[in-house]
Amino acid sequence: MVVCILRANSVRRYLSLVFYLLAEFLTTWGRLFVFLRAGYSSQEYLYFYFYSDALLVICLYFALMGMYSQVLEEMKVSRYLRVAAILLLGLTAWFTYGVVSGSRDRLLTHFVVELSQNLYFVAVVLTYLLWGAMMKLRETRTRLIQLVLSLGVCVSAFAATYALRNIYPGFSILRYMPPLLAIALPVAWGYTFLKVPEEARLATARLVAPSR
Amino acid sequence: MIAALIFVLSFTALLQFFVSYCRSLLSASRRREVSQQTRELAGITGGGVNGEEFGRLVQLVRLCPEPDDDSQAIAAVRTYFTILGLARRVGGRVSERLASWLESERGNCAYFAAVALDRRIAFNRELMAQQIAGRA
Repeated sequence: MVVCILRANSVRRYLSLVFYLLAEFLTTWGRLFVFLRAGYSSQEYLYFYFYSDALLVICLYFALMGMYSQVLEEMKVSRYLRVAAILLLGLTAWFTYGVVSGSRDRLLTHFVVELSQNLYFVAVVLTYLLWGAMMKLRETRTRLIQLVLSLGVCVSAFAATYALRNIYPGFSILRYMPPLLAIALPVAWGYTFLKVPEEARLATARLVAPSR
Repeated sequence: MIAALIFVLSFTALLQFFVSYCRSLLSASRRREVSQQTRELAGITGGGVNGEEFGRLVQLVRLCPEPDDDSQAIAAVRTYFTILGLARRVGGRVSERLASWLESERGNCAYFAAVALDRRIAFNRELMAQQIAGRA
């Protein structure tokens, strides 16, 4: 996927995405290393998985902010966006701490797990708002549209999976969903960079209303 | 209660994003013409492609390898096609306008598969031409 961005000469434009993908790449290798050393059901793998997931979702959050900057680049609001993103991240962390502070046992682990779940939901809301802004501003860049939509699909699937796991903790098939979704996002982005040229244009209105 | 609410909201957003994503894939493919050779090979007649031909076209796509793998996009459109099929069974009886829109959308899915097949055939022809040139 990073190679795809390099091939498309779009590193500067999609720097936040490159950063997220490199983090994802390192995390995947780290998880594989811990998995081979300690095994799937070990405490080490469990801790490594959830702590790295929290870091990844923060990186994803900044990738989303990078997309906001691109959509709103003509308004010159990227500085305010950065401040708002950090504030929102801080607020989410504070809210999460409020929720888990009651549990004295393994507080940090509870905090990390809860934070990543909450951040996925915040990412769903932010992606939805971004998609709304793109429609309002009549965004036409096909590549950006597909990047945002595929991100929307993945973060909402993540958030739905985590919510379902909270409702049905014993539903073991849901354990395999997050790793599959983590693969799906780079694959979808890779497809976009390979198949959709930067100059391709598409009307967003065609994507939501039935074609006439 | 909060988890259930998050699930409902996320699942609704998931559906909306997924439908829009698939429609963006279909819309991008609509701009490409399917070559006459592929039309003859796949037995496509007329300007558009019928939704009923989607399954057959996807099977043909699977027979052709491609280096820049687009199987994820095809899988997404297949899922979308299945959702459209379910919607046609349920909503198609309610409104005729909805039924005709669903049918045209299924046709777009089939056209997407035809474009993917066309691209793969073109790649394989090129590869074969290179191999023949290399031998000569």
